[in-house]
Amino acid sequence: MAGLELLSDQGYRLDGRKSTELRKVQARMGVFAQADGSAYLEQGNTKALAVVYGPHEMRGSRSRALHDRAVINCQYSMATFSTAERKRRPHGDRKSTEMSLHLKQTFEAAVMTQLFPRSQIDIYVKILQSDGGNYSVCVNAATLAVIDAGIPMRDYVCACTVGFVDETPLADLCYAEESGGVSSLALALLPRGGQIALVQMDARLHQDHLGTLIEAAMTACKCVSKVLDEVVRQHLQETSVLSRE
Amino acid sequence: MKDTPMSNCERDFILKAIEEKKRLDGRQTYDYRKIKITFGTDYGCCFVDLGQTRVMAQVSCELVVPKENRPNEGIMFFNLELFPSPLVYPLQSELSVKLNRQLERCLRNSKCIDTESLCVVSGEKVWQIRVDVHTLNNDGNLMDAASVAAIGALCHFRRPDVSIQGEEVTVVSQPGPTRRGFIVRCLHHSIFFFLTFLLVDPCEREERVMDGLLMIAMNKHREICSIQSSGGIMLLKEQASRLELADSSLDNYQKDLKAGGRCGFAESMPQERITALKTDQTAVEMTDVSETASSIVQTAVAPPQTVPSPSVPVPGVGQVGEGLRNTWGLEEEEEEEEDVEMDVVEILDSDEEEEEVVILYPETTKKPK
Repeated sequence: MAGLELLSDQGYRLDGRKSTELRKVQARMGVFAQADGSAYLEQGNTKALAVVYGPHEMRGSRSRALHDRAVINCQYSMATFSTAERKRRPHGDRKSTEMSLHLKQTFEAAVMTQLFPRSQIDIYVKILQSDGGNYSVCVNAATLAVIDAGIPMRDYVCACTVGFVDETPLADLCYAEESGGVSSLALALLPRGGQIALVQMDARLHQDHLGTLIEAAMTACKCVSKVLDEVVRQHLQETSVLSRE
Repeated sequence: MKDTPMSNCERDFILKAIEEKKRLDGRQTYDYRKIKITFGTDYGCCFVDLGQTRVMAQVSCELVVPKENRPNEGIMFFNLELFPSPLVYPLQSELSVKLNRQLERCLRNSKCIDTESLCVVSGEKVWQIRVDVHTLNNDGNLMDAASVAAIGALCHFRRPDVSIQGEEVTVVSQPGPTRRGFIVRCLHHSIFFFLTFLLVDPCEREERVMDGLLMIAMNKHREICSIQSSGGIMLLKEQASRLELADSSLDNYQKDLKAGGRCGFAESMPQERITALKTDQTAVEMTDVSETASSIVQTAVAPPQTVPSPSVPVPGVGQVGEGLRNTWGLEEEEEEEEDVEMDVVEILDSDEEEEEVVILYPETTKKPK
């Protein structure tokens, strides 16, 4: 592996965190006035912006409308300035399309689409700065945006990327850790029921370690859900105070 | 053209059968279909038959300049093409992207190929290995078939020798049985689930009804190379315990792959034989069609010994060769009148050995259209 020591003997990571610590999460809801729902979320240095339109009538081909539930349409893109080198193709390449499909799958599991038959919900997420854990930050930002849009969901959808180094699971990987050849697992969870909406892992990991890694991921997601809940309640307080005037 | 939607009664039937632990083709819930791996005469060509699902993979290589940030590693390139299907365009492209990415992730990120061994001259010339996978028939579980085909093709592939004289690098020989450059270790396993029932290796009908799928790729060191779940929600404990299933199937795969590799040449011979086969011209009169047809139907059970006559299940579609029972385009209930046998085949001898012109005159079948 590279010279960088991802986990020191005292248990500190590259940025000084402990192995189970998440990065600092800061979020704002209702960022755009025109969209039905929007949210901006920062997790450490990774910044994502999520915008939700809907539920509205099916645009494009009416034939793709589902008779009993809403269609969720996701698009994931990265800003050209989000990575160290200018990104030449922000969306339309295979990785972005795959991410969009994953987001769609995640939210189809969480959003109560049965309440809006024959309609469409659009979720657009843009990464403004990428420092690891892109998928997780997108999911968290999109959750807030969907809540801001007032679309009913079964539960918060929280996601976290965890890695495995020296027999220890590291929660919330940053870019240096991700590219250091660590086996990383991204997990999207509905915390209350403990239901997993999506799990994705690349790189090699011995099967005995899988259980501990998933446990660590679920704990991290539950912490994220507490933070998101805090953000939502605070946003609600602010807006209701204003409207009460 | 839109894909035929699945009827509710068919969906209910399949779900009910799964609840009772029965599957459409009589398998157990954790049984795999019969897998057949054949290699073509070209190095790096591999066909995989997983039940009715057919996939072909071909590996090719060329010398290129390596990437700047990795000067002593070779380049792997994966591409998966879906056979045109009646799926509507956005669904087809979604499936294509999903399969492509999964294949790429499984084989590339798991580092099952040792890319450093592909280096010829560091910083100047490395091998770029390109794996093209084509799906020929989709009867469910394309992912497994595609990954087995890709790995089979990589195992089968031989890269040419190079000789380096100072600055010059020349390719000395055609791809021959020289030493292999890569170490391929990874095998694949997909599990599909319906509500709370878990199934392995679904066929196409079952795939349409499923709630979600979980794909796990493992190698023989019991390391998980990749996990991917899509669709549906699942609980934690289920997942972990299913890995044990993966292990048992892994062994079967290993055996198949090794067996296929050893008799690579022998496997490819029958294929050549079929294409080069010459049979006598059989002229069948049109007058006594019904008698001929009924006699053929009565003796239809015995499989053909040497030459499988091309069969026309549906007008406009020809099929040569034995395989599993061909139900392409037909329902399974209509076994009596199904399958062809009422065709007229005229095989013309041509001068070239390779080519063979087969003219099919599909009979009017007894079934009402």
